Amino acid sequence: MGRPSRQNCGSCHFYGGGGDAVKHGDLDSSLVKPAKNLDVHMGTLESGGQNFTCSRCHTTRNHHIAGRIYDKPAALERKSLLQDDLGDKIMCESCHGMQPHKSGGMDSKLNDHVDKVACQSCHIAEFARSQPTKMSWDWSVAGQLRDGKAKVKGPDGKAVFVKKKGAFVWEQNVVPEYYWFDGTLDYVTVEDPIDPTGEVWLNRPNGSYDDPFSRIMPFKVHRGKTPYDKVNKVMVIPHLFPRNKEDKDAYWKSFDWQKAIKSGMKYAGQKYSGEYGFVDTAYVFPTTHMVAPREKALDCAQCHTKDGRLENLEGFYMPGRDSVELINAAGWTGVIGALVAVFIHGVMRFVAGLRRKED
Amino acid sequence: MSEHKMKKIYLYSKFERFWHWVQSVLIILLLVTGFEVHGSFELLGFMKAVDIHNTIGLTWLILFVFIVFWMFVTHEYKQYIPTTKKLFEVAMYYSSGIFKGEPHPVQKSKNAKHNPMQRLTYLGLTAVLLPFQMVTGLLYWAYNDWADWGLGFLDLEVLALLHLIGGFAILIFLIVHVYMTTTGHTITAHIAAMFSGWEEVPEEETVPDWERKAERH
Ligand code: HEC
Ligand code: HEC
Ligand code: HEC
Ligand code: HEC
Repeated sequence: MGRPSRQNCGSCHFYGGGGDAVKHGDLDSSLVKPAKNLDVHMGTLESGGQNFTCSRCHTTRNHHIAGRIYDKPAALERKSLLQDDLGDKIMCESCHGMQPHKSGGMDSKLNDHVDKVACQSCHIAEFARSQPTKMSWDWSVAGQLRDGKAKVKGPDGKAVFVKKKGAFVWEQNVVPEYYWFDGTLDYVTVEDPIDPTGEVWLNRPNGSYDDPFSRIMPFKVHRGKTPYDKVNKVMVIPHLFPRNKEDKDAYWKSFDWQKAIKSGMKYAGQKYSGEYGFVDTAYVFPTTHMVAPREKALDCAQCHTKDGRLENLEGFYMPGRDSVELINAAGWTGVIGALVAVFIHGVMRFVAGLRRKED
Repeated sequence: MSEHKMKKIYLYSKFERFWHWVQSVLIILLLVTGFEVHGSFELLGFMKAVDIHNTIGLTWLILFVFIVFWMFVTHEYKQYIPTTKKLFEVAMYYSSGIFKGEPHPVQKSKNAKHNPMQRLTYLGLTAVLLPFQMVTGLLYWAYNDWADWGLGFLDLEVLALLHLIGGFAILIFLIVHVYMTTTGHTITAHIAAMFSGWEEVPEEETVPDWERKAERH
């Protein structure tokens, strides 16, 4: 038996969420035979890639690359987001080491970053570079027709409206959102109370600046409008698939949320108040595949600037991004004050000199 | 002042002039790149600015060590020993006498290059502000080694802001300093002296004893 091909693994992993590129923005059928530009590791040899199979990285065996043999355990203490799914933990560092960039000059500044910035953050500047991925899903408009049609396709052929599911937004070349991440995600279950006044994060990356095992990681954030229980303030589980032809409770039979939620919650053994609404939700996917060639890595200034990629991350200082406005204001006031003072002094000297000449 | 007869004296040695001008170029480049790294404007791009700032900062540090070494070897540091004598007169001169064409209350001489106000300013600059900027800069540069050096208690934000405040102070000094060079008997007299080493001073002026640098041994 040969090694599993990318097609084998991909037959599940590429189509998560009910279709190609729906769930992950970094795992889709374009990785069956990608160019190096899309993925330096899985890219074909002809395009300069390494033609890695999935199992080249997702394996329990030690990793050896020509000239680089690492005796350290693959995980290097960092936790893995790969749970039981694909076996062993793998990190970029398992093959590239903790100092993957040249030493000296600004390349060693890159190495200085790896304790706080995950490799993926710099090396996957955009995901869904080959085909669009689903970025949002609005359940609240399901059950209706749009322009009299039950299914509407967008310009790229992907459905933007389906009566059964609601409205979708697809995007390509998406700039990820960045969060501190220790490799674990916190999930909201139907038992956890939510705050419907804001966006509800159905899962949330754990991690912080102060945790030495956390890094800044890029995420695909999938947003949605999702049904919830307005009184009990919890998410609900609607009963979607009809069990049989007579199953009038199923949403995809009668398009009645009330019945579908009541039946779904009952099946799950949860309380339901009888009042539902739709709440804004977010769901994150770590972005770790589709590593781009080195030339496409982020520039310093994409992070080190006021409205750069990391503008939403707080609690730590980054040159070029952060400052204390009071110090800036005081400093520039001092500078301008000095300029004005010497200017006035100079003019007074000049005028006084002219007067003395006249006398 | 122009009624006075002038004579030329050799005030600034080659090494002094050299370090003065090299230092001035380095400081100006550090200010430009430093404020770019801080995000005040965009000129070279963040990476170049960081790179140049680091390189020049380290170069300056080495030069500064030489300057201070030279000052102690030549006893020139005594030119910076502060005094309050005539300080008030000098302050009065720049705030009023200068407009009336009065002579400067303190004349430059080989053994007293700096008037009392300059002494205070340059001492503050050389002994406090510049070393402060070098220490904060060096620590900033070594940020990734703090843990290894046992400096883990430091905070990057506090350090960066201290370094920024120092940068503003140096910029303000620079503005006033450059302006003050125009207050000689001609606008460019002081600057010319810093190039040639020869400063024109009024003749027949005796330098009071207290102004004199202690004789070398
Ligand atoms: C270059 C190495 C590499 C290759 C090749 C690779 N992966 Fe991954 N994969 C990773 C890394 C690194 C992680 C993150 C592991 C962690 O942090 O624990 C990951 C995580 C995952 C995850 C879980 C995280 C997520 O994104 O939801 C899945 C699923 C996955 N890979 C599937 C695949 C499939 C399918 C293939 C082949 C088409 C593949 N991988 C090829 C390195 C690789
Ligand atoms: C199984 C080992 C392995 C893992 C895991 C791995 N790489 Fe690689 N990577 C390689 C090899 C082999 C090459 C090609 C030789 C080289 O350039 O070092 C490469 C090349 C690269 C390059 C250079 C591409 C170019 O421009 O030519 C980058 C960037 C890179 N990897 C980043 C990553 C990142 C980010 C991760 C984690 C998501 C990762 N690698 C995980 C083995 C690996
Ligand atoms: C702060 C952003 C940043 C981070 C974090 C980062 N890299 Fe890089 N990396 C770059 C840039 C930019 C280049 C291109 C450098 C160049 O061309 O000189 C690069 C180049 C590379 C190369 C090619 C190097 C070569 O000399 O051929 C590899 C391999 C690589 N990175 C792997 C990694 C791995 C693995 C990690 C995580 C441990 C990582 N990088 C983290 C920005 C980053
Ligand atoms: C992915 C975003 C990102 C990119 C790209 C990036 N940085 Fe940073 N940089 C950070 C973060 C986050 C920190 C804060 C790290 C810390 O506090 O430990 C930082 C800190 C720094 C610092 C201050 C701490 C130190 O290590 O001295 C410098 C200087 C710096 N970066 C320079 C650069 C340069 C130069 C480049 C380009 C070669 C670059 N950065 C690219 C995110 C980035």
